[in-house]
Amino acid sequence: MRGAREGSISAADSIKEAVAKSKEIQKKYSPFITINEKAEASRTKGRLYGLAVSVKDNICTKGLQTTAGSKILEGYIPPFDATCIEKIKNEGATIIGKTAQDEFGFGTFSVNTQLSIPKNPSDAERTCGGSSGGAGCITAAADFPHVAIAESTGGSITAPAAFTGTIGLTPTYGRVSRYGLVDYSNSMDKIGVLGNRVHDCALMLSIIAGHDPLDSTSSELPTEDFTKYLNADLKGVKIGLPKEYFSEGVDKRISKNVRDKAALLESLGAKCEEMSLPSTPYAIPSYYLIAVSEASTNLAKYCGLRYGLQKDITGNFDEYFTKVRTEGFGEEAKRRIILGTFARMAGFRDKYYFKALRIRATIIKEFKQAFKKYDALITPSMPVVPPKFSDIKNLTPLQNYYMDILTTAPNMAGMPTISMPVEKVDGLPVGMQIIADQFKEGNLIKIAHKFEVSA
Amino acid sequence: MADYWKIDKKLMDRICAVARLTLTEKEKDMYAKQLSDVLEAFKQIDGIESKESPAFHSVTVENVWREDVAKKTDWEPLGNSKHKENGYFKGPRIV
Repeated sequence: MRGAREGSISAADSIKEAVAKSKEIQKKYSPFITINEKAEASRTKGRLYGLAVSVKDNICTKGLQTTAGSKILEGYIPPFDATCIEKIKNEGATIIGKTAQDEFGFGTFSVNTQLSIPKNPSDAERTCGGSSGGAGCITAAADFPHVAIAESTGGSITAPAAFTGTIGLTPTYGRVSRYGLVDYSNSMDKIGVLGNRVHDCALMLSIIAGHDPLDSTSSELPTEDFTKYLNADLKGVKIGLPKEYFSEGVDKRISKNVRDKAALLESLGAKCEEMSLPSTPYAIPSYYLIAVSEASTNLAKYCGLRYGLQKDITGNFDEYFTKVRTEGFGEEAKRRIILGTFARMAGFRDKYYFKALRIRATIIKEFKQAFKKYDALITPSMPVVPPKFSDIKNLTPLQNYYMDILTTAPNMAGMPTISMPVEKVDGLPVGMQIIADQFKEGNLIKIAHKFEVSA
Repeated sequence: MADYWKIDKKLMDRICAVARLTLTEKEKDMYAKQLSDVLEAFKQIDGIESKESPAFHSVTVENVWREDVAKKTDWEPLGNSKHKENGYFKGPRIV
């Protein structure tokens, strides 16, 4: 980026090369739903001048198809940019393509889609994780300067980062404007970043963060230059290891790798100790009940009239909407619509939805209590190594949901996280998740960067 | 409603009508079975008493108000629709 700005590298050549290489990668691993054939270098010589950026397909990009991985949005060409896209374009970034994902973000392996399914560059028979699987895939495969903009609701940045050996930064809820994001679960969706260097993630977050009048849930807290947390000292930093995140359901080899890294952080000046977050086992059911309730409401707007899949108008309102929705939504989207509609129905609402919201309050309280004592917590990112597609096929929906066991609690509590690659297991990438208190992304950058340069 | 944690076929029909989805009998059986399994596991939340107020958001969110003043956009709202007439979306008949 600096080279492009100072003229030693041609931004036009770098973008041309990034697109050409992306096409080659697409043939092998399918990270994209759409490649931006018209991508060209920006004329704005900002902080991202000459940088190729891929964008998860649930974030609106002006003039470039945005499907959120769903057939019901196939062909939708947004007439506007999401706020985060406008911000990176204003700094000179170029969008090279839209990355593959589970439909609307409904999944952990990027297989719940009728569009593109990304394959893991470490082993093409395995998943890249989800739901931002395409973002993880292209970040791992790209041998050109590149950063991915992605999104997480319950772990959709951490999972692909862990499974592809990349870095995934999920900011605090409200830190980045959601304007222009195709909503999954409004109270949990967060736009974030995947990259190969902590510096790149910190810089990108500095650019996309900040209040936006177009998103009433975006925080009014002043944003920061997060790169100032690079090269910090870890002396006096307190880190907790919540024992529930190293439980029986987690591959022991992954747990060991993460515990080894705690020892490394101690040698760098941090103080690490085991602690407990006792409500953790309740995170999965309460997360899913909240997520599907909000999702089923959000998906009510897809009726085949204004954008995306549209049929010839026949029958009455109900008949037409039902026809389009039945054809356009995939299997998992229907499953979540059904479960969410059920959980919100009169007579069931208190039992499911409100109970889940109360549990969320308990989980937030527990995290807040922990962060009075600790600057950050570390855990494994995912409980398993990236599974094979052939094994994923045999998982029940319930088994699929429980793969998110380490990511749902911080996500539903709005806590920022970063996933860092640690030693491989069976030659496959695995990750360590660092969790900080709300709006303390600086602590994540500080620890992750020191870890990156020392590991 | 004796068992909250079960979706039977009759309830499935009611849900599909609300959600505007048509399912085949085979799909109804599949979803009813899978979701009953999911709900059986989610019964777990009965095991925790929480006296906290429901957290609709993870962070404090306040209502935001603005003046009700029309603003011009520089984009065409009908641009993605093939169902339009005289500057309006054209929808199916109501009944």
